[in-house]
Amino acid sequence: MAASPVQISRLGGIGAATLVVALIAAALGAVAWRAEGGYSLGPADWAAVRFTLWQAFLSALISVALAVPVARALARRRFAGRSALIALLGAPFILPVIVAVLGILAVFGRGGWVNQLLGYWGFVPLSIYGLGGVLLAHVFFNLPLATRLILQGWQGIPAERFRLAAQLGLTPRMVFRVLEWPVLLRVVPGALALIFVICLASFAVALTLGGGPRATTIELAIYQAFLFDFDLGRAAMLSLMQLGMAGAAAVLALWLVPQVSLTGGMGRMVRRWDAPTGVLRWVDAALIALAAAFLLVPLLSVVLSGLPGITALPANVFRAAWSSVWVSCVSVCVLLALALPMAGWIGTSRRGGVEAAGLLGFAASPLMIGTGWFILIYPFAPPSALALPVTALVNALMALPFALRILVPGVRDVVAAQGRLSAALGLRGWRLWLWVILPGVRPQVGFAAGLAAALSMGDLGVIALFADQDHATLPLQMYRLMGAYQMQAAAGAALLLIILAFGAFWICDAWGRRGAISE
Amino acid sequence: MKPIHLAAGVLAATVATTAQAETPVLTVYTYDSFVSDWGPGPVIEKAFEEVCDCDLQFVGTGDGAALLARVKLEGARSDADVVLGLDTNLTAAATATGLFAPHSVDVAYDVPMEWSDPNFVPFDWGYFAFVYNDGITPPKNFRELADSDLKIVIQDPRSSTPGLGLLMWVKAAYGDEAPAIWADLADNIVTVTKGWSESYGLFLEGEADMALSYTTSPAYHLIAEEDATKKAAPFSEGHYLQVEVAGKLAASDQPELADKFLDFMVTDAFQSAIPTTNWMYPAVTPKDGLPEGFETLITPETALLVPSEDAPALRDEALQEWLQALSK
Repeated sequence: MAASPVQISRLGGIGAATLVVALIAAALGAVAWRAEGGYSLGPADWAAVRFTLWQAFLSALISVALAVPVARALARRRFAGRSALIALLGAPFILPVIVAVLGILAVFGRGGWVNQLLGYWGFVPLSIYGLGGVLLAHVFFNLPLATRLILQGWQGIPAERFRLAAQLGLTPRMVFRVLEWPVLLRVVPGALALIFVICLASFAVALTLGGGPRATTIELAIYQAFLFDFDLGRAAMLSLMQLGMAGAAAVLALWLVPQVSLTGGMGRMVRRWDAPTGVLRWVDAALIALAAAFLLVPLLSVVLSGLPGITALPANVFRAAWSSVWVSCVSVCVLLALALPMAGWIGTSRRGGVEAAGLLGFAASPLMIGTGWFILIYPFAPPSALALPVTALVNALMALPFALRILVPGVRDVVAAQGRLSAALGLRGWRLWLWVILPGVRPQVGFAAGLAAALSMGDLGVIALFADQDHATLPLQMYRLMGAYQMQAAAGAALLLIILAFGAFWICDAWGRRGAISE
Repeated sequence: MKPIHLAAGVLAATVATTAQAETPVLTVYTYDSFVSDWGPGPVIEKAFEEVCDCDLQFVGTGDGAALLARVKLEGARSDADVVLGLDTNLTAAATATGLFAPHSVDVAYDVPMEWSDPNFVPFDWGYFAFVYNDGITPPKNFRELADSDLKIVIQDPRSSTPGLGLLMWVKAAYGDEAPAIWADLADNIVTVTKGWSESYGLFLEGEADMALSYTTSPAYHLIAEEDATKKAAPFSEGHYLQVEVAGKLAASDQPELADKFLDFMVTDAFQSAIPTTNWMYPAVTPKDGLPEGFETLITPETALLVPSEDAPALRDEALQEWLQALSK
């Protein structure tokens, strides 16, 4: 393999990728093996497939289309609180679905702020239930992720290039064409694929805001097959379809991604010369303000509704919070153990086909993975004893695609910049990782770890299948509170969850950015 | 596979011996909200452990449907001795697994129906109802609801037991006319949620005028929050009944203890905890009667219930009709 000058061993990457595929395949296999009936899909299942694809496609398209101008505005403006704002914008992504939905409804819902204003001005109130609501929520969840991914690519452009562009007197349009467009080409397909896959697995959002059976996704069909019909054959079929669709989307997107590698700059703070003051500045400011309002106002409403409840939280909420923190830490460790070798492998090979393996982690229904592993573990140990480790593992799998999408471009850049020197110095193995690659991708590692920690904190997937009352995580405990009419305590628990998830994200991300060579 | 089985056997044997050396453990699978701090779980655990000389362990597993799925998943090797929290829509499917053993409980139930299931003992019951806030004129039946501009939020029958209950309610009340009722109701339904918690949350946030819940829901607001503004709308068709039951697993390693628990379940110590923790009616009214506040609740004249043996077939039919009517 002569594509790369760097001698990164592929064994670790191959091992990790194999492990991921094996973990998912074993779960699917276990479910299929226990299935006794036939394997057939009805017309309702096909309708679910169509709706799932359509909403995922639109969600990805809109999220990324909106993220490009927002990321651009953020990339070329310096202002007080910018990095805090960027971090804060990541918050929606890590909220448990029901919390986020209630936040969105407080703003856009029937009795929400927007409709109150509209009513005040004498307009007909708008209803967000239906495809519009689904898309709104998906953009709310994924716009921050897309923005961060694009921003990260954008910030990877070395400062020298902007200086050079400024010296050549290039207009903003030309700068876009010469410097920014290639970066977009590199980042956007991946972001599209990622969000498409995330939205494929959407279930509670699509159901709650979709308005009814029209908004049935495959994941709901899987849920029904497992829970009400206990039709493992149908569940396995549906899981396989979801995997296939996500896998195809991933491979397609990755195959389309052109190889763009930037040679390293000197790592100075990126100063943008291409965005003069005047109209452009106001446009950027407006874009940033709009995005921030769209993302933060619902969040604010969640915080406000949670404040009265947080002082009176019962002890078991804190116990559950502790479990969540623990799961989150383990999940980050597992994630990095899987993602770094894989990113090393992908980053030094021409095609990113392996990344598709990583994406499968997200496309696999957590219920399917959970049930599959339940079947596998059950003969040897009580599943509740392994509830938290399995949850951590599945959470790591679910965060893997994000981590790869974040890490791979970083690794590519490090390899492009430092590869020849490292090779000349004969660096290989762990020394290469420790001295060259890890310091180079530290911001990406921090961001990926932060996302994984936060996602894991907010996840309510597998744990529900395994947990007994002593092993509940915070989101599960929150649902239990709601089930017992304790809406205020649940709102308090939601706020605690936001604080923890956001705190975890902040710690990891700040650690990464502190070591960053350029802001 | 042999060595693995051997290892599993050894493991199981070790677990079994250590367990027997200590207090016997009775494992009860139930739904999540039952074991929450505000649910009946903690009270009942304490009360039963005082009389049983055992360790009662509740395991929460999602909602009622998830409970059955879990038992099916584990099969005869399940750790559970008792499963508590299925309803009559699920008992036929549960019986068909062959995993449940007959019970010997014989008391006079205060359930608005004849109870004669050999495998399952009812522990509480309630009527489904649409709950609303004071200030609207509640509809008197499904037809009036469909004709009104009122917005309702319901649960998906494919993921929640109350959602399934509503499906059976309309089917039991209207039979072959059910699809037409659903078609007329379509424009009243704001949205359909995954579970009860989401719906009720949306209703409390003001997203809908009414939410599918229970006639006993207002009791929670009245007793625990001193809020008398939540009401349940009486429907002239009658209200569908949810009877929640428990059953003993045939493969239980603590069959006597499991029987003891089922007997205990219909005594005052258990039943008196139900109204203000599970917010349902007790299956056997305690001698002190119902707590103050329950007398304000509506009492439907007609209780609708599909016989449990007909439930699975009717459910499939009703689900198809529901999907068809609401997918347009």
